[in-house]
Amino acid sequence: MKQLISILEGFGSTLQLFLRAVSFAGTLPRQRARFIEQCYLIGYTTLPIVAILSFFIGAVLALQAGYSMQNFGAMQFIGSLVGLSMARELGPVMVAILLAGRVGSAITAELASMKVNQEVDALETMNIPPARMLVLPRLAAVLVMMPVLAIIADLVGWFGGAIVAKYTSFISIEPEAYFSVLRRYMKFQDVTNGLIKAEVFGLAVVLVCCNIGLNTRGGPREIGASVTRAVVVSLILILVLDYFVTKVLL
Amino acid sequence: MPCSPTRNPFTAAETPAVGVTIEHLSKSFGSHVVLQDVSFAVEPGEIFVLMGPSGSGKSVLLKHIVGLEAPSSGRVLVNGQDALAAETRGHERIGMVFQSGALFNSLTVYDNLALYPREHRTATEAGIREKVMHALQILSLEDTAQKFPSELSGGMKKRVAIARALVMEPQLLLYDEPTSELDPVMSATISEIIASLKGEYHVTTIVVSHDRELALNIADRVGILMDSRLIFLGTPAELREPKDPQVAGFLYPKIDLKHPRFKKLET
Repeated sequence: MKQLISILEGFGSTLQLFLRAVSFAGTLPRQRARFIEQCYLIGYTTLPIVAILSFFIGAVLALQAGYSMQNFGAMQFIGSLVGLSMARELGPVMVAILLAGRVGSAITAELASMKVNQEVDALETMNIPPARMLVLPRLAAVLVMMPVLAIIADLVGWFGGAIVAKYTSFISIEPEAYFSVLRRYMKFQDVTNGLIKAEVFGLAVVLVCCNIGLNTRGGPREIGASVTRAVVVSLILILVLDYFVTKVLL
Repeated sequence: MPCSPTRNPFTAAETPAVGVTIEHLSKSFGSHVVLQDVSFAVEPGEIFVLMGPSGSGKSVLLKHIVGLEAPSSGRVLVNGQDALAAETRGHERIGMVFQSGALFNSLTVYDNLALYPREHRTATEAGIREKVMHALQILSLEDTAQKFPSELSGGMKKRVAIARALVMEPQLLLYDEPTSELDPVMSATISEIIASLKGEYHVTTIVVSHDRELALNIADRVGILMDSRLIFLGTPAELREPKDPQVAGFLYPKIDLKHPRFKKLET
């Protein structure tokens, strides 16, 4: 019962934080330096690891699909399988998981440390709402950068699948054939659905991580505990949201 | 509550210093009672020092004044307005110097001081530069402008925190343990700064401190919190020869090596 109340409290305070941050949306133009800095941290610094992981996820998908499909002669559909899987599911989920682990943990650590060192209290006494200065630029940045990261993940994943499809002896499908099937069986909506998912996951991760960071009390040990909690809650939330968003979008 | 003028440290204009009224304030965290029926008033332009043993609720009381904590019962008024109301912080400029300094570690000293005027757009960038450098000059910190908080000593951090509060052109200035963790000379320096800021700008000042010398030398009035209640409210002169044995025991403790206190605490 206590845990249920704690989960509901967390949900409520996260929602409140979101509404408070959104109410300051008009101040975003004069916070562009912070917004650009967050775009850099969320987007640019996450890009290499997104590219590496999505390449190998696309590659493994093609390999597994080729291995499974060779028994019933459906290998020509590898392109569509990799394409759809990356765009609709694996691209956005993988980017969100990387965001939680790499950016979300850093956000929680920074905000929790500011809270513990009374920097957040200092902001409030200066009548500078933390939701405006610390949360809004991060939310705006994640909204802009998540679709970019998801598209890059899709493209690199497709490319990884194509390379494996060409150079694996028991598959040997030329890139032209691979991409032709991919294009034939994929709709534009498959990509946009993936981008919508990426936006939802990105918002959820940043909000959860900000909220847990801003509600940290105690010392260094509690900062560590907050970071762990933020990442775990984010990961669970990504998968739970994935189910519901997929159900709505199908 | 009558208002006395506060001279703005940057423009020499006068704005009203604000008074603070604490009415039957009680605060509990769960079953732990921190403050119990505390009432007193701080007059505009006064230096009020709040003393008490560690854990007696002094800092919690200060957080109530600045609106960071909500009372369990009773109320706190700043210039007649509820301290908890968001508008109060909008109307009354309340500066707070935190015990740790609470400087923004990712910003330079200059940017720490410039944050308030930038966020509230109270001046142009040139005007902000003038204000920041003037505040640093008042506290003899001109050379630290481009340094980060991690590069400063404890005393410097406290002075930067005071300078940051000063840039807000406060009508009410709160200090949380401003002389803790400082050597005696730096403690005396901080006490002198607090007194001279009040003397020069007539800002209302509330200081939470353990520092007896600070209280006796710069306070207009002193309050002592003990066991979550206000047990003394009077002038430094009254405090020099306290009649209450509890107050005397707190302010002038004797070091008794034959019967140490911690042994009594153990039993």
